[in-house]
Amino acid sequence: MYYSLLSSSICIPLAVSLQPKTTWTSTKFNNEKKVGSCTGVPRNFNMEKLQSGYLFPEIGMRESEHTQKYPHARLIRLGIGDTTEPIPDIITSAMAERVYALSTVKGYRGYGAEQGNMELRMAIAETFYRDLGVKGNEVFVSDGAQCDISRLQLLLGSNVSMAVQDPSFPAYIDCGVIVGRAGNFQEKTGTYDNIVYMKCGPENNFFPDLSTTSRTDIIFFCSPNNPTGYAASRQQLQQLVDFAKANGSMIIYDSAYAAYVTDDSPRSIFEIPGAKEVAIEISSFSKFAGFTGVRLGWTVVPEELLYSNGFPVMKDYNRIVCTCFNGASSVAQAGGLACLSKEGYRALTTVVDYYMGNAEILFDAFSSLGLKAYGGKNAPYVWVHFPGMSSWDVFNEILEKTHIVTIPGRGFGPGGEGYVRVSGFGHRERILEASMRLKNLYK
Amino acid sequence: MSVMQQLSSPISSSSSAFLSHSNFNSRSKNVWVPAKRIGICKCVAVPQEAQTAYTTKVSRNANMAKLQAGYLFPEIARRRAAHLLKYPDAQLISLGIGDTTEPIPEVITSAMAKRAHELSTLEGYSGYGDEQGEKALRAAICSTFYSGLTVDQDDIFVSDGAKCDISRLQVLFGANVTMAVQDPSYPAYVDSSVIMGQTGQFQKDVQKFQRIEYMKCTPENGFFPDLSSVPRTDIIFFCSPNNPTGAAATREQLTQLVKFAKHNGSIIVYDSAYAMYTSKDNPHSIYEIPGAKEVAIETSSFSKYAGFTGVRLGWTVVPKILLFSDGFPVAKDFNRIVCTSFNGASNIAQAGGLACLSPEGLKAMDDVVGFYKENTNIIMETFDSLGFKVYGGNAPYVWVHFPGRNSWDVFSEILEKTHVVTTPGSGFGPAGDGFIRVSAFGHRKNVLEACKRFKQLYK
Repeated sequence: MYYSLLSSSICIPLAVSLQPKTTWTSTKFNNEKKVGSCTGVPRNFNMEKLQSGYLFPEIGMRESEHTQKYPHARLIRLGIGDTTEPIPDIITSAMAERVYALSTVKGYRGYGAEQGNMELRMAIAETFYRDLGVKGNEVFVSDGAQCDISRLQLLLGSNVSMAVQDPSFPAYIDCGVIVGRAGNFQEKTGTYDNIVYMKCGPENNFFPDLSTTSRTDIIFFCSPNNPTGYAASRQQLQQLVDFAKANGSMIIYDSAYAAYVTDDSPRSIFEIPGAKEVAIEISSFSKFAGFTGVRLGWTVVPEELLYSNGFPVMKDYNRIVCTCFNGASSVAQAGGLACLSKEGYRALTTVVDYYMGNAEILFDAFSSLGLKAYGGKNAPYVWVHFPGMSSWDVFNEILEKTHIVTIPGRGFGPGGEGYVRVSGFGHRERILEASMRLKNLYK
Repeated sequence: MSVMQQLSSPISSSSSAFLSHSNFNSRSKNVWVPAKRIGICKCVAVPQEAQTAYTTKVSRNANMAKLQAGYLFPEIARRRAAHLLKYPDAQLISLGIGDTTEPIPEVITSAMAKRAHELSTLEGYSGYGDEQGEKALRAAICSTFYSGLTVDQDDIFVSDGAKCDISRLQVLFGANVTMAVQDPSYPAYVDSSVIMGQTGQFQKDVQKFQRIEYMKCTPENGFFPDLSSVPRTDIIFFCSPNNPTGAAATREQLTQLVKFAKHNGSIIVYDSAYAMYTSKDNPHSIYEIPGAKEVAIETSSFSKYAGFTGVRLGWTVVPKILLFSDGFPVAKDFNRIVCTSFNGASNIAQAGGLACLSPEGLKAMDDVVGFYKENTNIIMETFDSLGFKVYGGNAPYVWVHFPGRNSWDVFSEILEKTHVVTTPGSGFGPAGDGFIRVSAFGHRKNVLEACKRFKQLYK
């Protein structure tokens, strides 16, 4: 994934600061020579509040720079959580079959339902939410969780307050900033004024202390967690649902890594009684099926979820989906259906196990060096603690000395400082090689 | 039926029986109900059990409450479904939603199938792609559609379609910009503007949202707005060849538009999704007009060229020299949106797109476009021969005038009496009332049959 740099023919400095300290304010431009004339359209000041580029393209940029500096280094990418293993044949054959059908009179289909193919919606409900009371018509198929997060922010608008775990997947905050909900960024604390950050660290078993958490309208919660790898327990999620219920809040539960749960931690928020009245769940085929490039995901909006005036959230979400979206690719959806067939699901479980095997190797590597490592058991991420150190410094050191790309914990929020996220997505031999290099560096 | 029972009725393709807004009349105040809806949607009082249901304390987004009824095309689909229930044996012909019907040429689908199979191999597997799109595709789009126009390939952002791009552009612009649209126009421009919070309330008497500037496009002004009477807005949405009127702006008209935007410091969002349907005499891209790169964004799509309505692929051009008032490049912010709120178009769709732009693919797309253009001619000739004033011809839509008549009434009449689905002009804006949009997407035999039925109805 590469950040497409705008060329030097325009009047901005090329280097985008990756450290959160330097903000990208428009005053910089007034000092630069302008090429071309400006329109009279004011820049969206919410965009201005964003601190540097989105995290993952920034990592991609660092990767490119490093490769240019060391063209012969064998770079190992354990940064961006990008899947590497081929998609099982049964699934790609289904996609190819659908594609060929599009060339026939009988098999050609134009626009699909914006909410997704009904067969797929029902298969999702049946596969992931069996006995949990989630119906096919509550499932909205999409082109991925990141896109859904943005659509949910658009749905909810700028006049709602939000809480996130700290650290958390950056899209929750960034999309919240873009839609105008975040307030100003405070450099000192590394936080936005109007967002509530729920610290999740070893000291609180990676679950926020809800008794000290202020009420917000929306609570973003990801479990199994990206980046910490922690899967909340049933008891913890019951607390969360009760908290939301007591406060009249809405949980947006990100279960993109549910397939990676190995113990009996819940895989869906809807396993918790009462959740249907307070939660939306988003998920994805990306990490479950290697669909990072194919693009397929879904969001469950229960019928029972109502705004304060009694209006069903589902109705507005449907309107957003019909107006701002036009459905996931029919080819991807055909693939999704094959993923949920008995054979497809079984084949995918093998791939998931493979990545978890990788995570275990990395976890063991760090542990053996005496470093405190977390995660790796219910998610393909290992969260390694480097107490007292700047995570960008650790990132740089690891990259420079071992040619391994990781992600500095600070990129996920101030609560990530002092940690580095190492992804278990990769070919086994690269993981083993990485493990060896890390052991050499830190022995 | 209780509210909850209504909610559990299945949502069939693009139509949602429960989405009839009038079910929630008791709560939504600004609901517009088109005149004479033939008993399809009933207002039901909310039963006791629903009123005591748990509600969160999260306020509904007030912008969503401003929207009038559902998005236009699912409403058409709903009417269609209701009609089929009423007349299960009717040979319904759909010339409403502009949905492509002809198979995708094999040169394109083979490329997609090949890419799908490659994803099962070690060498061929790819994960996340560039959010802006695969480089080869961006280059091909650039050389195919913008050759000689000094558009760079990295000005091009590949997407999952123009409709999605329109919303992403609105998110980019934010709530504090003003906008102008043609009247009539593709409903996504207005609806996404409402959702973003750029508008005031809907004014029933004039059928317009406050704070949107509606630029009337009618036969009287040759379907090009009188810019001398249009106040300045930050953003101007302009679609040419036009959906729904089928009119194509001339080079001279677009030069006026670009000058107008330049003079006012506005940004044009130019929708060229139907460019291939017009002759080479009319501009295919806004960038054919000198100075356009400093004032315009262009959005387009493979939907209507390659039958990719379900496959999902489009693109948006944001020139580097397009700047906000403080000098900040619009492309940089759009890139940020694309990286944060999106994750790239499907790699399989992109492989298809690349094949579309091969010499063989281009020829194949030309043939399909030619087919739909011929449909357009057949429909135009039919209404013309019946004495109607007919417009269009530069897009696969025919815009038929029914002077003095309510367009939903005409829609209903045509549906009831000929079992042909069309789209009422008022769905595209107040200046669309009195017109019907007939889509030219359909199998030839269906188009011919529909025309036969029109002749019988209006002879």
